[in-house]
Amino acid sequence: MSLALGFDLLLASALLWSAWRALTTVRLDHAVVVFIVFGLLMALAWARLQAPDIGLAEAAIGAGLSGALLLDAYGALRRREAERKAP
Amino acid sequence: MKRLVVIAAALAFSLALIATLLELPAATIDLRPAVAENLAASGVAHPVTAVLLNYRGYDTLLEIAVLLLALFGILALGLERQVCTLRAAERPLQLLARLASPLMVVVAVYLLWAGAWRPGGAFQAGAVLAAAAVLLHLTELLPGWLQPSARLRWGLAGGFLLFLGVATAMLARGALLEYPPAHAGALILLIEAGLTFSLGLILAGLFLFMTCDEGGD
Repeated sequence: MSLALGFDLLLASALLWSAWRALTTVRLDHAVVVFIVFGLLMALAWARLQAPDIGLAEAAIGAGLSGALLLDAYGALRRREAERKAP
Repeated sequence: MKRLVVIAAALAFSLALIATLLELPAATIDLRPAVAENLAASGVAHPVTAVLLNYRGYDTLLEIAVLLLALFGILALGLERQVCTLRAAERPLQLLARLASPLMVVVAVYLLWAGAWRPGGAFQAGAVLAAAAVLLHLTELLPGWLQPSARLRWGLAGGFLLFLGVATAMLARGALLEYPPAHAGALILLIEAGLTFSLGLILAGLFLFMTCDEGGD
């Protein structure tokens, strides 16, 4: 029981930490990666709350697809910036 | 000084919120017995799927409509009309994507099938399908979508139309979305299969319609 409680406490603090880092990190690429980490931790938290359905959806949509979209948006932003500087 | 006041006010507000949450009365309506009692008539053995596609099928119908509307919004905003040039991605990466994507399709079908009696279902399966498409796009095996062709449009809207068709067909028997218990399982599987296919395309479309602005760098 105490092991499970320790894991839950660790998970909760990691969630809060990653949420805070995702919002406050200056570098966008770091923020996106931390957001994906947050999504995966959130999926774990749903699984711990006995809601595996939501956990599956969170892992696939929250972490996977939104993460990929954010990374792609970051890439597009960087390309646009490079184009503005180049000519 | 001002900062301290703001921090103190925020702290007080948070504490008040937490105190209120702790004092909330327990929910007076307990729907779990009702769900469990009618599970046999719902056509599936997993309570979450029963709620999503039978008891509250209306919500799921509107949900897929909202996702479709979101995609229409993106299409209405206008796409950048540029031909995407595919840069050759690294070979090992492409090989891994080629190996992974058929497996992902299998996983999606399994999730769809398993949704009847354990966690899984159309939304998760659709997300896995979409992830496979995004993976193939990122490894430059699948070009981004420039314009939705007629076939693609049918694919995008098909799941919603199928769901709506089944829902209205039930009107003849009495109420919208009220499946006859004998055929409920088959109808739910049919709807879920359509939803999975369309959701995969819609979610992939959110990605593939947008990423056509790489002019090669």
